[in-house]
Amino acid sequence: MTVEAPDAPDDLRVTRVAGTGVAVRGDDVDTDQIIPARFLKSTTWEGLDEYAFYDNRRDDDGEITGDHPFDRPEHQGASVLVVNENFGCGSSREHAPRALRRWGVEAIVGESFAEIFADNCKSLGMVAAEAAPGVVAELQDLVEDDPEAGLEVDVAEERAVYGGNEVDVHIDEAMREALIQGVWDTTTLMRDALDETREVARDLPYVEEVE
Amino acid sequence: MSDRTLYDKVWERHRVRELPNGQDQLFIGTHLIHEVTSPQPFAELRERGINVAFPERNVATTDHIIPTDPETRDDRPLADDSAEQMLSALEQNTEEAGITFYGLNSDRQGIAHVMGPDVGATQPGTTIVCGDSHTATHGAFGAVAFGIGTSQVRDVLASGCVAADKSDVRRVEVTGELPDGTVAKDVILRIIGDLGVDGGVGYAYEYGGPTIARMAMEGRMAVCNMSIEGGARVGYINPDETTYEYLRGREFVPEGQEFDERKTYWESVGSDDDAVYDDVVEVDVDGLAPMVTWGTTPGQVAPVDEPVPAPADLPADEREAAAAAQDHTQVTPGEPIAGHPIDVAFIGTCTNGRASDFRQAAAVVEDREVADDVRALAVPGSTTVKRTLEEEGVDRVFRDAGWEWREAGCSMCLAMNDDALRGDERCASSSNRNYVGRQGSKDGRTFLMSPAMVAAAAVEGAVADVREFDTGGALR
Repeated sequence: MTVEAPDAPDDLRVTRVAGTGVAVRGDDVDTDQIIPARFLKSTTWEGLDEYAFYDNRRDDDGEITGDHPFDRPEHQGASVLVVNENFGCGSSREHAPRALRRWGVEAIVGESFAEIFADNCKSLGMVAAEAAPGVVAELQDLVEDDPEAGLEVDVAEERAVYGGNEVDVHIDEAMREALIQGVWDTTTLMRDALDETREVARDLPYVEEVE
Repeated sequence: MSDRTLYDKVWERHRVRELPNGQDQLFIGTHLIHEVTSPQPFAELRERGINVAFPERNVATTDHIIPTDPETRDDRPLADDSAEQMLSALEQNTEEAGITFYGLNSDRQGIAHVMGPDVGATQPGTTIVCGDSHTATHGAFGAVAFGIGTSQVRDVLASGCVAADKSDVRRVEVTGELPDGTVAKDVILRIIGDLGVDGGVGYAYEYGGPTIARMAMEGRMAVCNMSIEGGARVGYINPDETTYEYLRGREFVPEGQEFDERKTYWESVGSDDDAVYDDVVEVDVDGLAPMVTWGTTPGQVAPVDEPVPAPADLPADEREAAAAAQDHTQVTPGEPIAGHPIDVAFIGTCTNGRASDFRQAAAVVEDREVADDVRALAVPGSTTVKRTLEEEGVDRVFRDAGWEWREAGCSMCLAMNDDALRGDERCASSSNRNYVGRQGSKDGRTFLMSPAMVAAAAVEGAVADVREFDTGGALR
């Protein structure tokens, strides 16, 4: 069976992200780079914005060098992050997309994403859009050469728009529909099916005692 | 589209319905909980006024942040305030929800992916999730097991389900006889080296073939454990007699006639002979040598006795990353990594923290002292593993050779406790990730290898070839 989409409030629907961009270059950027494990020692989500790319932004004395794109004055306020291949690989820590989100990132355009990272973006209503290597290279050059340039990711139309150009991006169908319909928070949605879930559980030989 | 594989069968049996965005709502048979990715979900459930839907389908333990130093292990509150808060939160949350919790002083405490198999909670034909990327470990038993994010932990607690997309299935057929001195860890490092760190994105890996069929459960777990380092969220092995016999007699496994009935189910979930795969690759391990990483991803790996590749000799799109990695690790391209000095030796983790890992390493450790200036840590993956080894006297072998014999936990794999590299220390490690900063120091350097290879490195004070050590046939 398929369930009908509930009427999500409009503020949960994510159809486009528009703003300026920031580029972080390199393949296989792992979530330990995005947020080192020592900053996961908290029972809340507070303070995460300070920790995005924490070690990469600092010198041996722990001082911010100012060289990292996240510290460049021209990229403050950027909302579209442009990255390369297999971004977010490694640890499943949801702290990674949350740290980026709290810094200001609302959409990521990249050559490819690690699966758990992309799933975590979806859970947060954050866009992870794939683009061809040539498109990514062009976008990275654009945001570095002209940081003021507007960059828009249109979720429904699966395209990025910048400087009068339009290029195709790909957003995984499940993510796209979740964002457009505003159903990326699945907790209540799935809990609504507790009866069906119990039926499935009862049919499993290894599950004993389902209420 | 794959058909009649274990993955297809297990998925179908656990599928509740299709969600509005086209994903499946999938019932989760076993949810493993630890202290790092659970405080926020429990707090959010409380805020929403929702209780835990299936408390009996959850098992919790503590592993990431706890001290492994036997001197301070039992001190409460923990010396680290934030670690104490996380542990206290889990104690309180599990008690309120009525969830089984193997806490700090429990005989069953351990790294979630060691504890689950220890107690037999990990079984064929089940779905298993945990807020930890190494959850694929449990696939070694023929479970569909994968890591999830914290919001998905909230989903599972609230609904007993996750929203998920089915992956494609790639059969990884492993053939050939494992040479002396090589183990499962070398096999998975070789697979990742061949297929790439993102080669498995979009796939569930089904490992099979004669080499896997001969492998004991603990080796199979090491293989499945590192699926995620190859980009695959799920890795599994069809269950067989080795699997069933391993499970027999464990706490969560039924006995007598019920065991036979359960086994009938387990036997039914394996991939059919005529199963259809989306992709098949073959990996021949004949002539395999012990593998060691030379870079900062698990795919930057080479046999211990072969030259580390020069960036210029690699495909164009790998050169820049390889040069940066070698600048960090300071290995010499064109020369074998054997002989590269190390400062720390670390055996443990959800990859290689099981009893057989320590037994294999002990064959090298025995009567060979740790080199001067090398810090050597042996950290059993669970309290069960630790006690087993102590009953066998394996701990004495390590202690007598100058190793620190510690309490169970994740320890120096990711250094969320005090077990961390300092400065630019170089570590021979049986763990799974050599990312920059992974072991707690941004300048620290990690060299991944098998436990026996770590032991050899501890003796030499440098990366060494375990095949050159007389181990009385223990590494055959």
